[in-house]
Amino acid sequence: MSAIHDTDTAPAAGSRLGWAVADSWTMTRRELAHWARRPAQVVVGLLFPVMMLLMFGFLIGGGRGVDGDFRAYLVPGMLTMTMAFGLEATMLAVTQDLGKGVVDRFRSMPMNSGAVLVGRSVADMLQSAVGLLVMTAVGYAVGWRWHEGYASFLGALGLLLLLRFAMLWIGIHLAMVAGTPDMVQAVQILVWPVGFLSNAIASPASMPPWLGAVVEWNPLSATATAVRGLFGNPGAGGDSWAAAHAGLLAVAWPVALVAVFFPLAVKRFRDLGR
Amino acid sequence: MTDRDPAIVIEGLCKRYGEKRALDGFDLTVGAGTVQGLLGPNGAGKTTAVRIMSTLLRPDGGRVEVAGADVRTRAAEVRARIGLLGQNAAVDEELGGRQNLEMFGRLHHLGARRAGARADELLARFGLADAGSKAVAKYSGGMRRRLDLAASLIRRPRVLFLDEPTTGLDPRGRAEVWDAVRSLVDGGTTVLLTTQYLEEADQLADRIAVIDRGRVVAEGTADELKSRTGGDRIDVVLRDAAQLARVAALLPGEVRMDEDRRMVSAAVADRTAALTGTVRALAAAGIEAEDIALRRPTLDEAFLHLTKGAAA
Ligand SMILES: Nc1ncnc2c1ncn2[C@@H]1O[C@H](COP(=O)(O)OP(=O)(O)OP(=O)(O)O)[C@@H](O)[C@H]1O
Ligand SMILES: [Mg+2]
Repeated sequence: MSAIHDTDTAPAAGSRLGWAVADSWTMTRRELAHWARRPAQVVVGLLFPVMMLLMFGFLIGGGRGVDGDFRAYLVPGMLTMTMAFGLEATMLAVTQDLGKGVVDRFRSMPMNSGAVLVGRSVADMLQSAVGLLVMTAVGYAVGWRWHEGYASFLGALGLLLLLRFAMLWIGIHLAMVAGTPDMVQAVQILVWPVGFLSNAIASPASMPPWLGAVVEWNPLSATATAVRGLFGNPGAGGDSWAAAHAGLLAVAWPVALVAVFFPLAVKRFRDLGR
Repeated sequence: MTDRDPAIVIEGLCKRYGEKRALDGFDLTVGAGTVQGLLGPNGAGKTTAVRIMSTLLRPDGGRVEVAGADVRTRAAEVRARIGLLGQNAAVDEELGGRQNLEMFGRLHHLGARRAGARADELLARFGLADAGSKAVAKYSGGMRRRLDLAASLIRRPRVLFLDEPTTGLDPRGRAEVWDAVRSLVDGGTTVLLTTQYLEEADQLADRIAVIDRGRVVAEGTADELKSRTGGDRIDVVLRDAAQLARVAALLPGEVRMDEDRRMVSAAVADRTAALTGTVRALAAAGIEAEDIALRRPTLDEAFLHLTKGAAA
């Protein structure tokens, strides 16, 4: 057998970052290759939030306590909610992956140990970015508009993806804590109340004051409100501190969540063999 | 590290899962370029030991050095020098065989072009070239195992761990894996192999460690282990099962009777004397034997003897 003999080329310190990037890209390509092998599932994944958008926009009708054009209110809300529910997709993918033997091979190879997680996160972010574009296109088709120019539009997408990034690391961490896909289902059910206890599709003004306060401080509400502002769409109103500083919170919340869950997730992954 | 240094050194290795002691003072030294078999009943701790040696699992105590590096403090170096064929398939089932090997090649830092070339080379070598683009989920068990083995050989490893490499393979698949292992060993690779098939250990391993309840209970060449079971035996197969007891009385030493096979078996010290003595005694008693044979104990007998009383 014509063998490749250099069995122990330990990477030089300078090239270590280079290899980390290369390994992460290899792991990202792995996810892309998975999608290429199951296109139907990818399409369904993209269409599900679109269906929710159309359902809330046309079948269920006006949101509780929302003045004016409900669809203009709804589209940013649904974009936000879709980013939040990305948590479920991440969790499921991570638990399924960790249950497979291939992760053992990755962990026994001289690759960068974080690359498995980075590959997952790049792939999920790519999918979410595509998802956002599809949803805004569908929103546009049903009459939703943004009014503040392209810079604001991109800023809004940036805030949405920032929220998704936070959800991603929460998802990776929870998946490793939960362990098995069965446990993931239990955790997933808890995501729903968090998603709906926000101003994504209803206004806190219509709720009992204590509930309204919870809703206004929900990270999803901050993102939804900030995005509505950037799109020039009608907001939920309210005069609480959280409502008034939605832009600040839309950045601070995800950054804080990432600061907590990113190191936890990486530590969990490193400790898999313990 | 020189060629003479052992490839694997394990001293006082311990690993607990909760209250369960999976490894409990496990010691083993494996010479470079040799094939070490690891035999033991289910739950003896073979997989646990392999996972620790391949850096997948952290030991609770003891010292483990593989290819000259400590698995705890220099895991990255160990990983660059080993190949692992785990007990369960460790390939991406959703991807094709070629995609798998190419991916592992890139992760071994061969670079895109060499990774692709190496993937093709290994696919051809393991008879998977035609199935290269098919998803691994659609492979047969044997094909999957061969791909898994190919994936552990992307860079020729200095130390190769094989955890039950041929379980579930048909005789041909088994022979292919054996050939691959032999050619690697010819090239200087050290192999540590766990197996349920004693024949496999007999065929491949230079030395065998029998492990039971997390520790090595016997170690040596197959011949040494066999002779430790209690030397050679003489088997006498009779035409008539009714004569078993009479023959048993004629034979010296510790005697076993097997009614189903109409066989009497006795431990012997001097092979030739035992054979001639038995033939004469049978002739004198007028008993007709169908077959008389001297034999060494099998590895199966050695294994059962050494792990006697193990709660599997
Ligand atoms: N993850 C785990 N959690 C708890 N106990 C475990 C775990 N893995 C192994 N064990 C226990 O540790 C002991 C050794 O297991 P191990 O898998 O190493 O045995 P083995 O010799 O490989 O067995 P087999 O021949 O069945 O593959 C067994 O009693 C097993 O039940
Ligand atoms: Mg095992």
